[in-house]
Amino acid sequence: MTERQPLIQGAFVTFRVHVNPDKCQGHNRCYSVSPELFDLDELGMSNEVGEGLVPANLVGAARLAVANCPEHAISLIQAEGES
Amino acid sequence: MTNRHPPVGDFASDFDHTDPAWVADPFPIWADLRQRCPVAHSDRYGGAWLPVTHDLVSEVAYDHEHFTSRSVVVSNRRPGPDDLPAPIGVSPPISSDPPYHGLVRRMLLPAFTPKPVAALEPFTRDLCRELLTATEGRPSFDAALEYARHIPVRVIVKFLGFPQEDADMFRSIIRLVLEEVDLPPTEREERFTAVDAYMDAQIEDHRAHPRDDLTSFLIDAEIGGRKLPVEQIRGTMVLLMVAGIDTTWSAIGASLWHLAQHPQDRRRLAADPELMDTALEELLRAYAPVTMARLVAQDFDFHGHPFKEGDWLLLPFPAANRDPAAFANPEQVQLDRARNRHAAFGLGRHRCLGSNLARMELRVALQEWLARYPDFELADPAAVTWSAGQVRGPRTLPVTITGNGR
Repeated sequence: MTERQPLIQGAFVTFRVHVNPDKCQGHNRCYSVSPELFDLDELGMSNEVGEGLVPANLVGAARLAVANCPEHAISLIQAEGES
Repeated sequence: MTNRHPPVGDFASDFDHTDPAWVADPFPIWADLRQRCPVAHSDRYGGAWLPVTHDLVSEVAYDHEHFTSRSVVVSNRRPGPDDLPAPIGVSPPISSDPPYHGLVRRMLLPAFTPKPVAALEPFTRDLCRELLTATEGRPSFDAALEYARHIPVRVIVKFLGFPQEDADMFRSIIRLVLEEVDLPPTEREERFTAVDAYMDAQIEDHRAHPRDDLTSFLIDAEIGGRKLPVEQIRGTMVLLMVAGIDTTWSAIGASLWHLAQHPQDRRRLAADPELMDTALEELLRAYAPVTMARLVAQDFDFHGHPFKEGDWLLLPFPAANRDPAAFANPEQVQLDRARNRHAAFGLGRHRCLGSNLARMELRVALQEWLARYPDFELADPAAVTWSAGQVRGPRTLPVTITGNGR
């Protein structure tokens, strides 16, 4: 199940990262930015760790992984949010 | 290489990537073309095209229908009927197309993930230190010839498990493949026969005494349940040398060229080791060494340009990396650039197989250099020379050590 991350103003937001396996070419930029969030298979292709849940302290790293992927293979999804 | 081509008047209609103006400083040429074209044409080499924006470079890199990687180095000679057919190519996977490309690439990928690359790091670090020690006490020396040049060749020789003393021979193989294309055919053939004999001997030795290196990996590798024929093992080794040596030499040299002229960047990097992660990517973006090429596979209209089957297309990843539509202030090197989706290692299926290895070598080479020589400058900016062709980097780089060194 998902954990909820408290943000300022008392809102709870859950972020998930996902690597599109059809787009990933194994640049390994995401793995280099955040080995906590991404894992490599035996071919060096990336996939999200577990269900891709992003702990609050790694939301910035997740955004950087998205912004540095040359293949636009990574998405960061705001899974749910409520106040 | 001497330039035998007539000088270029207008790069928009007559470009030549071996022209001295391009070789010395291609960035203003690309910036100008980006405003005016952005797809340049040339009748040289039997007809060639040049897109210079990030969007267009990406579009071509992802389009395997209209473009083929049957040959990736522009020359006056196109692959002819006697050459191996497209699905196999001369040195797969770089010069092959789907679906064969994917099979060969899958076979090679496990050898180039971060883990096996990390195993080569201690060797690389010792090598860099040894090269730097050899320069100690000298007020100036050539950073390209005495430092950068030796690193990738000796790392690949180590990776393949060949004797270190054969590094010079590897360099002659690269020259044979890339530069000495105008040798008389019989002489070229003789040279290739000698190279084949050398590699066969190494392969035989590895068959008799398997070890934990790339040669043994290739001997054990299978595609579709079959071991590789010896020609393909040799072809793969030549590919790794050609793709991995001049390119990484260029990236290390160009990074040192930048640092020599930017004392602030140098000191920042020396003072803050954690900056290296973003700095490495930024130096790769700004000084990406490799421009690839494609052949047009069929007649079609590319954004209003009549592309004809067999036309060359230069794929300048370094130009894509300087496109203001894709990067804020692209002409500025910002070592802490956090959002950096650069294409130095290409895009799509042909992403540089050795990118992890190249990054490790560049990182270690810069770390060790800065630890020894935090302060240095160009001895004579006019004496710096750059390679001509599709791999760009300094080939002579005289530097003066300005501090005491360490």
